[in-house]
Amino acid sequence: MSTLHTSQATAHEAHGHDAHGHGDHAKYPFLQHHFDTPAHQFDSAKLGMWLFLATEVLFFGGLFVAYAVLRSRFPEVFSYASHYLDTLMGGVNTCVLILSSLTMALAVRFAQTNRTKAMVWCLVLTFMGAVGFMVIKYFEYSHKIHEHLVWGKSFYVPPPDQAGAEEAKVISTAPAPAPVALTVANPAAPSVASLVSTPPVEASAIKPAAAAPGGLASVREQATAEGLPVADNDPAFAHPSMHLADPKMPANTHLFFAIYYCMTGLHGIHVLAGMVMLAWLIWRGARGDFNSNYFTPVDVGGLYWHIVDLVWIFLFPLFYLIH
Amino acid sequence: MTTIDASRPIDLASRPDNYLTHTRGFLSWALTLDHKRIGVMYMAAVLVSFFVGGVFALLVRTELLTPGQTIPGVTADVYNQFFTLHGAIMVFLVIIPSIPAALGNFVLPIMLGAKDVAFPRLNLGSFYLWLAGAAFTLVSLAMGGFDTGWTFYTPYSTTTTTGGVIPVLFGVFILGFSSIFTGMNFVVTVHKLRPPGMTWFRMPLFLWAIYATAIIQVLATPVLAITLMLVVIERTINIGIFDPSMGGDPVLFQHFFWFYSHPAVYIMILPAMGIISELISVHAHRHIFGYKFIALSSIAIAIFSFLVWGHHMFTSGQSPLMNTLFSLISFSVAIPSAVKVFNWLTTLYKGNISLTTPMWYALSFMVLFTIGGLTGIHLATLNTDVHLHDTYFVVAHFHYVMMGSALIGMIGGLHHWWPKMTGKMYSEKLGTAACIIIFIGFNVTFFTQFYLGAKGMPRRYYDYLPEYQTYHVISTIGSYIMASGFFLTAYCLLSSLYSGRKAAANPWGGGSLEWQCTSPPPHDNFAVQPSVGDCYDFRALRWDETTQGYVNDPALAAEAARNPLH
Amino acid sequence: MAHGTAHDSKHEPHPLVGHLVPMWILFAVGGALLVLTAITVAVRYIDVGEFNMVIALGVAVIKATLVALFFMHLKWDRPFNLLTFVGSMVFVILMMAFCMMDTAQYRPTQFVGNPPEVEATLQANAPGAPVARYTPYSP
Ligand SMILES: [Cu+2]
Repeated sequence: MSTLHTSQATAHEAHGHDAHGHGDHAKYPFLQHHFDTPAHQFDSAKLGMWLFLATEVLFFGGLFVAYAVLRSRFPEVFSYASHYLDTLMGGVNTCVLILSSLTMALAVRFAQTNRTKAMVWCLVLTFMGAVGFMVIKYFEYSHKIHEHLVWGKSFYVPPPDQAGAEEAKVISTAPAPAPVALTVANPAAPSVASLVSTPPVEASAIKPAAAAPGGLASVREQATAEGLPVADNDPAFAHPSMHLADPKMPANTHLFFAIYYCMTGLHGIHVLAGMVMLAWLIWRGARGDFNSNYFTPVDVGGLYWHIVDLVWIFLFPLFYLIH
Repeated sequence: MTTIDASRPIDLASRPDNYLTHTRGFLSWALTLDHKRIGVMYMAAVLVSFFVGGVFALLVRTELLTPGQTIPGVTADVYNQFFTLHGAIMVFLVIIPSIPAALGNFVLPIMLGAKDVAFPRLNLGSFYLWLAGAAFTLVSLAMGGFDTGWTFYTPYSTTTTTGGVIPVLFGVFILGFSSIFTGMNFVVTVHKLRPPGMTWFRMPLFLWAIYATAIIQVLATPVLAITLMLVVIERTINIGIFDPSMGGDPVLFQHFFWFYSHPAVYIMILPAMGIISELISVHAHRHIFGYKFIALSSIAIAIFSFLVWGHHMFTSGQSPLMNTLFSLISFSVAIPSAVKVFNWLTTLYKGNISLTTPMWYALSFMVLFTIGGLTGIHLATLNTDVHLHDTYFVVAHFHYVMMGSALIGMIGGLHHWWPKMTGKMYSEKLGTAACIIIFIGFNVTFFTQFYLGAKGMPRRYYDYLPEYQTYHVISTIGSYIMASGFFLTAYCLLSSLYSGRKAAANPWGGGSLEWQCTSPPPHDNFAVQPSVGDCYDFRALRWDETTQGYVNDPALAAEAARNPLH
Repeated sequence: MAHGTAHDSKHEPHPLVGHLVPMWILFAVGGALLVLTAITVAVRYIDVGEFNMVIALGVAVIKATLVALFFMHLKWDRPFNLLTFVGSMVFVILMMAFCMMDTAQYRPTQFVGNPPEVEATLQANAPGAPVARYTPYSP
């Protein structure tokens, strides 16, 4: 039981513990009133950030579990569909994120050694890494969406716009496209088989898009390298929605793309949030807020950025590198 | 100001600086970083939600008075929305934040001897997240409501035509983050802001409970968040992960949902158990029995809670192997729960029990929790669960746990700390009467439902066979009794604000640190760091007539020091 | 808490908070991460059966450990932070293990084909596509 039953004067002597804290509070303007020392505040912030990172791990964890369950159920889908992803772009993105993680770690170190200019430059480099990652991701996404390599039933919709003028006319006169499956099954709509027999002129007109940054063109190269029977002008690797004509496509292939977009999409959102955070850190850093005694935002921001990198380190082999 | 001086009566008027009067004006509350004010705001918000959720409960019960339609205009579809709203509001807006965010925010730093929680701004932020989540729920209502049940099971939740499903999913997502940030804050506060002398095993048991709860909040809630986002995506662009017709797996949704929602039951009940540990010991004026066992059983429950989620899925198509495993582990949760109940009973034994309102709530809790816990064993048993699953038996069981235990614990705690929060004493007579009315009403409502469920009445049904009517009528009457009890409680507490006697610093004879500061506490809790002792050793306390509270008697303290308890 | 190595602390200010990681460690870890990325990409093109996934994940775990220990300072940080992080992963693995055990049990009877309407689409558009083995659930 407490013994605080005496007069106020005695109580004030018991104040000794706080005295040190008051000194620090006068010395360090950033020190909040309920922390005793800068180290106390820094440790608390770090623990808070680590707990937040634990929630991030479980947040992504749900998707990793979904991935594991789907992959164990449809192993053939994953090893098949992985070849539609561009390992080169994924690999470059991995390296970009690793390098931006390195510059982030350097930024923390420069903050600790009071080299503000170097710190800000490192933060800018990290930010550029994030931008680079998102640009590459944008090309990957837009390419896949163009190829109809998407989620759900849209995966099974042949493109209406790539089939030449005659087919386009057929579509425009076709009955209103109600449910997806019906549209496709409609005999009036262009079948994939008819797309296969598209005149070569139009095939060449499409080629530049397909040969755009990596994309399916390189998938074709990989397939050839792995001894898969790929004809030179195998349309399955050059034409939007040509995956539909691939007789080797296993059932439920759309699920691979569903989980791919979920996981990389959530990761992309985290990269975007990281960019906002980095911009804020750059602004504050340039203003001179950070020094060797106070760099908590840089440090915990760095922890966040590293976990974004860490998630990608797992996403890369899980999606791009399935044998 | 933390000294308690026997010779000087505590007079609030002469000491205007408490946290309520420290600053004035709307903005001083809306932008406050003071954990006490945030706690009070949470409490007000939670109680308003409790009222709304309660109204829906009464509507549901009234509708069930007769088979078929009872209330004009309440069709089966409207009824579905009523019970969904009741469940969702009570779970996500009321019970989950009620003890940690409302009472915990107020009490935790003071009990700990800290000036505030570790991250005050984050604390205010999580309150606004709570408000945003509640706002989304209102938006959902405006957009046509939702009838998925609070569990949002797929594929129904991805196909129902009610328009408010997506907003409410976002709302619960946001509420989840409110809960996560509160949990993070509390873990860091307990780790980093314990003053010198406050060792882990000197912490009041309420803090242990809040700490264990915070761990669950941090680890379980993100899984709910991602699950809800998947349902939103499923509903908007139909990706098929939970859709069996697309090769997906609806049972996976249930795994995800219950990976959060079983631990969430412990987010509700653990802090209530912590409150009961305080109430029993303080109001029986006896040192808590088995302190370490109660403390560690909280941690044990927190860890066990992650291993039993599948007991909600025995009839969902879950595999027999998993059913067996989950059933087995679920039984084992009974052990740490029983450790607590037996320790409370032993604390009461030969205690000097004051039958105050909080004590009545604590006793109610022990009865209701025991019934709720033991019927859980019926449901964890595989073969009986096949019969009882999705019947009123389940409804009765989880109301005994979530309402009879968690909520009763919260109301008990509210009565316990009301003098500290407001500086006013409520009428003991009214408070006790309200508690007894609630207890009777509760049992009439829900004990009947055990019988209904065992007889085969399915839950969530709008219509029923005439043979069930008698029991439905009894249950509905019980709910009216219970509602009147809650109204009496509300009157009792609110009237105390105007006409209540001023509260002493220590009206109950508690030993933890919050009773060392004035009622209500000053702005930064402790002008001086209080000294920390064994918070369950009440031997130095003496009732003081002039202040109408307990004071620390130096003579008694000296005598206690000569005879250490351990 | 804060100890720079002898190499660093001689000519750089001793930080009040945090740990000063030597520059060479940061660059070495960055280099190692790039090398490991190259290795894991290379392994993709070698067929070692089941081990492909084991190697890919093993390399990923090594990379993650490097990032966590050195970039995120866990090597010098408080043990509880490490416990938090590792603990969160343990819980993910726990959830994964239980869900996988469950899935493995009912997998043979469920979800082995395309959804019927998708199958119709495929058959109409790609007559060469193999017929999906769609078996409805039977307990
Ligand atoms: Cu449960």
